Amino acid sequence: MPSLKDLKNRIASVKATQKITKAMKMVAAAKLRRAQEAAEAARPYSQRMSAVLSNIAQAVGSDDSAPRLMTGTGRDQTHLLVVCTAERGLCGGFNSQIARFARDHVRKLLIEGKTVKIICVGKKGFDILRREFASLIIDRVDLREVKRVGFENADQIGKKVIGLFEKGEFDVCTLFYSEFKSVISQVPTALQLVPAAVSTDVAAADTGAAAIYEYEPDAGEILSDLIPRNISVQVFRALLENVAGEMGAKMSAMDNATRNAGDMINKLTLSYNRQRQAQITKELIEIISGAEAL
Amino acid sequence: MADFNFELVSPERLLLSERVTEVVIPATDGEMTVMANHAPTMTTIKPGIVTVKAVDGTTARYVVFGGFADILPTGCTLLAESAVPVGELSRDVIEKRIEAARAELEHSSADEHKTGIEQFISEMTALNGIVVAA
Repeated sequence: MPSLKDLKNRIASVKATQKITKAMKMVAAAKLRRAQEAAEAARPYSQRMSAVLSNIAQAVGSDDSAPRLMTGTGRDQTHLLVVCTAERGLCGGFNSQIARFARDHVRKLLIEGKTVKIICVGKKGFDILRREFASLIIDRVDLREVKRVGFENADQIGKKVIGLFEKGEFDVCTLFYSEFKSVISQVPTALQLVPAAVSTDVAAADTGAAAIYEYEPDAGEILSDLIPRNISVQVFRALLENVAGEMGAKMSAMDNATRNAGDMINKLTLSYNRQRQAQITKELIEIISGAEAL
Repeated sequence: MADFNFELVSPERLLLSERVTEVVIPATDGEMTVMANHAPTMTTIKPGIVTVKAVDGTTARYVVFGGFADILPTGCTLLAESAVPVGELSRDVIEKRIEAARAELEHSSADEHKTGIEQFISEMTALNGIVVAA
């Protein structure tokens, strides 16, 4: 049985922890709002982009002039996985969720006899994947110093991917990130970047596919300019969703931690009071029995 | 004069969305002026200055670093890789970009890539001249 002093100390330390988790929750909430705003601000661009892309893809059709980034190399041997995670922990299962999802994917590919290469964006994913696939990780992107994810960060990653593709380093590229559904739910998602999966149905309908465009320079050239850009945009979107997801996960994790700390304080206070009472009773008995003996 | 809706969008945010009468776009094949009821056109743009003439007659100028424009009779959307109002752009930003491109040029080996970067540098240098003059 811990002494009164021990209990008192423990209550004090749990209280201190609770203060920290509470502060972290509030910080995460503020950052979440900003991250959501950023994600919303970025939406018009990516919407427009995919609309335009599907428009042109229709115009170009599937002739040979279509860029290789869109049609692929025709093989399916080497896979590049870009795994985006957060830079910091203390956000519940957020990072391990993405990493686990990516790991299952890697295992499946390895069993099928494919070659796998991994680029890690963010420290946490790197730490987790390094344990099992250290030899497969060819590169890692560190965003630790980045306060606010900008398009340049995404563009760098996009250029890296395109550079590798031009050197023939891989055939298929898949992006792993966490889709931000709501504050309490983030879903790990895989998105194929190369060959670019261009949807030709949904987006075309609302931009008036009937419009016959003039292309300047010709459609093929615009397309080959757009596809690399689109890769960067997709990466950018993934990064923004990740930030929002991370903050959401952190917020609920810290909320839980604060509540747990509260429960713990209650329990400890109860046993502290009980013990104090027992001690008083014990002292009283000693005095009374001493008086009776006289 | 007839007006139309012009949107200037960068990946980070929507910079501008308003009724305008005239927009000058630095298209890859030369500058073009877009007015209402323009034929549907899709064009890539090179780094340069976009001049927007609003309905009330005021003009605003933005520096854009590449991207593309989607022109319809009823409106025009410019998707820029990055865009800033001319007043907020300093020469350092451009020079930094040129330097970064030069560094990249030294490291790259593919000829096609090199030509691309060289073209980019020359475009940026031209832009630098324009901004300084403005």
